[in-house]
Amino acid sequence: MNILLFLAPVSVALGGLGLAAFLWTMRAGQYEDPRGDAERILYDHLEDLPPVAPRD
Amino acid sequence: MSQSLAVARDLEAFVRRDAAGRGRLDLLVNGARCAGCIGKIEKAVQALPGVDGARLNLTTGKLAVELDRSAADPDRVVQAVEGLGYRACLFDPAEAVAAQDREGRELAVALGVAGFGAGNVMMFTVPAWAGLFGQELNGSTLTVMYWMAALVATPCALFAGQTFFRSAWASLRRGKANMDVPISIGVLLTLVVSFSETLLHGRHAYFDAAVTLLFLLLIGRYLDHRLRANARSAARDLLALQSPVVMRLDGDVEQGVPVAEVRVGDRLSLSPGDRVPVDGTVESGVSELDNALITGETAVVTVAAGSALHAGALNLTGRLVMRATAVSEDSTLSAIARLMEAGAQSRSAYVRLADKAAALYVPIVHTAAALTFVGGWALGLGPREALLRAAAVLIVTCPCALGLAVPAVQVAASSRLFRKGVLVKSGAALERLAEVDHVVFDKTGVLTQGQPRLMDAPPHLVALAAPLARASRHPLARALAASAGIGLVAHDCVETAGQGIEGMIDGRRARLGRAAFVGVASGGGSETELWFGFDSDVKVRFAFEDQPRADMAETVAELRRMGLGVEILSGDLAAPVQRIADSLGVAWQAGLTPFDKSAAIDRLKAEGRKVLMVGDGLNDAAALARAHASMAPGAAVDVAQNAADLVFTGTELGAVTRAIRVARTARQRALENFAFSALYNLVAGPAAMFGLINPFIAALAMSGSSIVVLLNAIRPELAWRRK
Repeated sequence: MNILLFLAPVSVALGGLGLAAFLWTMRAGQYEDPRGDAERILYDHLEDLPPVAPRD
Repeated sequence: MSQSLAVARDLEAFVRRDAAGRGRLDLLVNGARCAGCIGKIEKAVQALPGVDGARLNLTTGKLAVELDRSAADPDRVVQAVEGLGYRACLFDPAEAVAAQDREGRELAVALGVAGFGAGNVMMFTVPAWAGLFGQELNGSTLTVMYWMAALVATPCALFAGQTFFRSAWASLRRGKANMDVPISIGVLLTLVVSFSETLLHGRHAYFDAAVTLLFLLLIGRYLDHRLRANARSAARDLLALQSPVVMRLDGDVEQGVPVAEVRVGDRLSLSPGDRVPVDGTVESGVSELDNALITGETAVVTVAAGSALHAGALNLTGRLVMRATAVSEDSTLSAIARLMEAGAQSRSAYVRLADKAAALYVPIVHTAAALTFVGGWALGLGPREALLRAAAVLIVTCPCALGLAVPAVQVAASSRLFRKGVLVKSGAALERLAEVDHVVFDKTGVLTQGQPRLMDAPPHLVALAAPLARASRHPLARALAASAGIGLVAHDCVETAGQGIEGMIDGRRARLGRAAFVGVASGGGSETELWFGFDSDVKVRFAFEDQPRADMAETVAELRRMGLGVEILSGDLAAPVQRIADSLGVAWQAGLTPFDKSAAIDRLKAEGRKVLMVGDGLNDAAALARAHASMAPGAAVDVAQNAADLVFTGTELGAVTRAIRVARTARQRALENFAFSALYNLVAGPAAMFGLINPFIAALAMSGSSIVVLLNAIRPELAWRRK
């Protein structure tokens, strides 16, 4: 059972890492533009974007 | 007075500069949909001189442009974007700053922390539950597990619960108990009891319940906040699209300034097509004004030096120089503002569904918990067991489901309406809208399109007059040109403000305008007609009418079917109002002042009716604020949009029936959720009193009830989608 005293803090620390990552993504504004990010991720550089005529 | 001088607008007022002189400019871009649009717009703007960077947010449609220290030209940025085929407009810097959402971020952090706590505490409590069912985990190992759970759960619960603790404290100090009071007491009592149980090597510690409870409740809070924040920012965007730059005259130099910076005594220049930004008087120039948004009158009014101008009127034909007599905030007649304030106060007295539920729930639950403690002790359970059971009552009946019942439904309903072009400003607005039993419409701009249309005229005559009409900015001439389609434009045109336009068509001199201007002596001078004729030839008359919205009759019939009364209150003349009212077969009143309108609403309220007011003008603002619920079209003046609960974009009046329907369904779902919560508490409460609840069952029951409520909230959404 002594192993618990080692593993439990480790697992909480891992969870804490996740929480820290979440807080960091929020501070960095990664939830500001979900639609735009979904489009941007498809291309490495904006120059690669296919030419598209504006709709509407 | 001649036509406007071509002055380049100075839009530097829209640039926000930091201490180092770097500027930032926000634009609202319409029509961007995909990665291609992002690439094109960003590349084009970045290529401009003086621009350091540009980033388009596809979700909000805002383009943030970083400018370097040189005097960059915002107008060129707008032109660059518009040159690509997108609509762009500058965003008031004050609005952009206000858009930062501190409360939303705090809630999201609290939600993240509570989620972390709820997830990680399970690592220790799930093994502990095994011990509850006589498995191996027992004695000191169980106590170690609980201590670890305490270590994770306590800081998380105390941090994530701050919103509730603060609100509960504020509510208690006012001598009232809102929903946050039992939540706070429940969470804190649970933590205290769990610590004492752990110290005494007991088996019933509820650390997981305390933090899971907060996690579920924060989901509800966050949804509610997002709903309000989205509606607010969408409403701001609508207004930003309207909020124009005012051209201020310093000597002879024109300078663009935001409306908010206009001071009393400033001289402002108004080109044809501009709206009067603040109240004032005309210094020089002659023009015609469209007062439809202020008084509801469709007829145009001629103004000259000395005439009074009211904010919101549209300058039609000539350039005017005016002197401001009021600043932006006072410009709407102060009496209207006072009426609106009174209306807003009566509205804040409205008790929301969730608060009504809380008023019932709080005393019952607290009495039950207190009785459990006192009764249990008296019946020989001992203080420790009695307190444990009282805490269990508070935990299992804690209002997770209640806290989610309304926000989840309202978020689903509002996002559904948002996709249909209706903005809901608050959840309370939806609740009030669901109760409405009488609908009052304004005429101009609501039932009608607010723009004149040519009434049946022979096509060959229209074609004859069209070349002159195309050269004019007057709304009647524009309507004439629109019905003629594309074609030749007359040359050598001279437009006389308030009279008409003169020019050469095929070498013949022709005039289009008022009867007297064209040379007809008998003309009645009606404001809804134009005369046309070549020199020394027969003169022709064109009549115009403000066209009703296409689905007006259908919408009114639908409202009747839904069991609602319909009525028209208009500031326009009796004849046009009566024509529309008779075609619909509804009651009407015409020629009303803003005060008459709001008094009419008060009368209806006194009769016990719950009135929905639909209006777009300054003259409707007070009535909008006083009515039980209110809607305004997206083209309405900003005062009306601010006063209204809902704003609908698009040309269809059907938005009104749709909004009422969705609001009623949402209310139905919310009530169902309450009914379920009540049922759940009726079972869980007594079970806790008799000691049938252990931490495992509490965790299961709590999250189970919340999930049922959430699923029920999403259910209408699914049913709506299928339609």
